[in-house]
Amino acid sequence: MNSLRRHKPLLILAGVLLLLPLVLPNNFYYDIAIRMAINAIIALGLNLLIGFAGQISLGHAGFIGIGAYASAILPTHFNWHPIPAMLAGAVLASVLAAIVAKPIFRLKGHYLAMATLGLGFIIAIVIKNEANYTGGPDGMPVPALGIGSFSINGEKQWYWALAVLLLFSFWASRNLIDSPFGRALRALHGSEVASQVMGVDVVRYKVAIFILSAFFASLMGSVMAHYVGFVTPNIADFFHSIELVTMVVIGGMASIYGSLIGAVLLTALPQALSTFEGWETVVFGCILMFCMIFMPRGLVPTLAARFGGRGGEGD
Amino acid sequence: MALLEVDNLSIAFGGVKAVQGVSFSVDAGVVYSVIGPNGAGKTTLFNLITGVYTPSEGEIRLDGQSIAGTPPHALALRGMARTFQNLQICMNMTALENVMVGAHLQLDRNLVKAMLRFPGLARRDAQLRDEARELMRFVGLEAYWTLGANSMPYGALKRLEIARALAAKPRILFLDEPAAGLNSKETAEIDELVQKVARSGITVVLVEHDMKMVMNISDRILVLDYGKKLAEGTALEVRENPDVIAAYLGSTV
Repeated sequence: MNSLRRHKPLLILAGVLLLLPLVLPNNFYYDIAIRMAINAIIALGLNLLIGFAGQISLGHAGFIGIGAYASAILPTHFNWHPIPAMLAGAVLASVLAAIVAKPIFRLKGHYLAMATLGLGFIIAIVIKNEANYTGGPDGMPVPALGIGSFSINGEKQWYWALAVLLLFSFWASRNLIDSPFGRALRALHGSEVASQVMGVDVVRYKVAIFILSAFFASLMGSVMAHYVGFVTPNIADFFHSIELVTMVVIGGMASIYGSLIGAVLLTALPQALSTFEGWETVVFGCILMFCMIFMPRGLVPTLAARFGGRGGEGD
Repeated sequence: MALLEVDNLSIAFGGVKAVQGVSFSVDAGVVYSVIGPNGAGKTTLFNLITGVYTPSEGEIRLDGQSIAGTPPHALALRGMARTFQNLQICMNMTALENVMVGAHLQLDRNLVKAMLRFPGLARRDAQLRDEARELMRFVGLEAYWTLGANSMPYGALKRLEIARALAAKPRILFLDEPAAGLNSKETAEIDELVQKVARSGITVVLVEHDMKMVMNISDRILVLDYGKKLAEGTALEVRENPDVIAAYLGSTV
């Protein structure tokens, strides 16, 4: 495979991110673009777990919440620098993921969905109740993200920071699925017994990808908290988890491009539908329903199959 | 010393004794076949030896070391590979990627290196792609290597399983009915392929219903019936064993 062909999707994405500011008229649109990028990065990580490895998480917003509140609490109450605070959050999310995953992955079926659902609820409840540290349901402010005298300020700077992060995540995700580790993940989704016989330690791989996606979800939670400058418990709640799973499913499971498209659409739709005044949730629900009825595999794999491209997979 | 020794192996599912007190040994470099009527316990025996099931009783030794109850992924590390009677192809991957998964244990499985695509890992992957292509040619699938596994015909998938197992560079290969559901021409081709594999020095343990193929290529044959060992020996010995004839053709004795 020659390297230009391999990097073509990356270059296209870079081009889009580079040119996008030319058509973004004001900070409101920058804000939407930034939220799209944040969601896209989370969806990429979640798709590795759901789409490629075939394991569902219904509590991913919990991990995002851990990152967001680590970035809020540690600098505010304990005078931590934002960067180590961010890392501490990600490590905590990973440890929690490991504790939940190790016993669960020895079982088969939908136990993981239930366990992650429970974990998500617990995290959300703890955040709401520990009001001394978290501000409770009202939330709390988050200090700016910076190193030394430099800090990221304003929509434009945040846009470029997230463009770089998104490009990196896109590149790393594509690398991962086209590697021995990634093939083992997809193989255990395709046939668990066959992958075992080929030497894949199935439990270890499932645990590893779950921890990885929790780690990155937490990091993005921190980024989001620093960007918005304020966190509320909503960031960790069940509806946020479902929203993220929806992005993956609508965009297309096991499709890297699907994660991007899903995140972009589901971030943009509520804004676009605001003209329906009060009915937007209904219209939103109908659109999702029709998507699933007519494109059950998700947008990108369905369209790729229809137009003969191969966009569904990693290369 | 035999490569594989099975000693008094038994497993029960509830009240059903699927395999009862079966003993045999397989020497390195032979083609060893297991035959018997449907439900005789052939696939169960394979599942026991390859670690998919844990035996209720008995001993399995590879190179003289006990392996009973060892999980499949650990057995793969010791040179064991297998195919499945009911296809276990990863339909979410391409044909070539399926073969590449077979080489899993020979590769660098590090997660961080994979995400950052370290040059060594990328180089080895490119090399592996060529090796996998070579293996697909070896089993006669060169026409399919860019295709998704889900768009391949049944007969080709049977061969793909063999290619994937060979990618693991096994010392001992278990083939569970490689010719099941194939027409006579395809069966003859599989027959030839199994012999080619055996000639390359891999010990082959075969479950197969096609008697012509079994008699043709086996060095030794084990006959199972109702989970028990009915007979064992060379093709000629087994063919003339009255118990075997009775089990296959029915008997008035």
